[in-house]
Amino acid sequence: MTQTFETIAEIIADISEIPVDEIDEKSHAINDLSIDSLDFLDIVFAIDKTFGIKVPLETWTKEINENQAPSEDYFVMGNLCARIEELVAAKAAA
Amino acid sequence: MKLEYFDMIDEVIGVNTVGASIVARSVVPDESPVFKGHFPGYALMPGVLLIEAMAQASGFLIMTLNDFKELPLLVGVDGAKLRMPVRPRSELIIESSVEHDGSGFAVMGAQIRHDGAQACKASLKMKTMPFPSEQLRLHILASADAAGIFALED
Repeated sequence: MTQTFETIAEIIADISEIPVDEIDEKSHAINDLSIDSLDFLDIVFAIDKTFGIKVPLETWTKEINENQAPSEDYFVMGNLCARIEELVAAKAAA
Repeated sequence: MKLEYFDMIDEVIGVNTVGASIVARSVVPDESPVFKGHFPGYALMPGVLLIEAMAQASGFLIMTLNDFKELPLLVGVDGAKLRMPVRPRSELIIESSVEHDGSGFAVMGAQIRHDGAQACKASLKMKTMPFPSEQLRLHILASADAAGIFALED
């Protein structure tokens, strides 16, 4: 488990009241963890603050709704963590 | 203010698009059907309507920043404090600023002052969405114009 995964899992556990040991890298935030859109907004807000980034939630949602990307690309924990790490790296490089 | 119509902002007296903040002014009406129930013999501005006033000022700010292209909706209230009873004829100064500009949402720090003291405060989470109808967009534009926002903008 990466530090990014542990941090995001703790955020999700805290906001959505899900036992942290029920969250793994294959968990789908919506299909497996049943996180609703309002809780996910709180989670994104916490991720933004914790990592000092702006998660492009509108872009992700648009891509999924227009079938340009499967929801797994952004909402499976392992992939979500990879996206967050990319955003952190891009910010550091800017 | 017309409480029964959720018309909470009388006048916008300042907008700072660089600092992302807004100041509005409203006067609690002397009479309202709301006061018949809240409360008989002791008219009191409902706390939820104070929060609504902060949300509407926040909404005007967000729409000013997005050129009235998207509609902000209140989806979360955190840390609300209602510090004093607010009575009819009270002048309220409503202030809000963007604390976090997220993707498709914003977190606003808002407060209402009365007689120089903080009457209430809250952190408001506002989600933005496309206007569901042109009728609503035009109505909100008219409300913003009546509140004087466009006369204040650069």
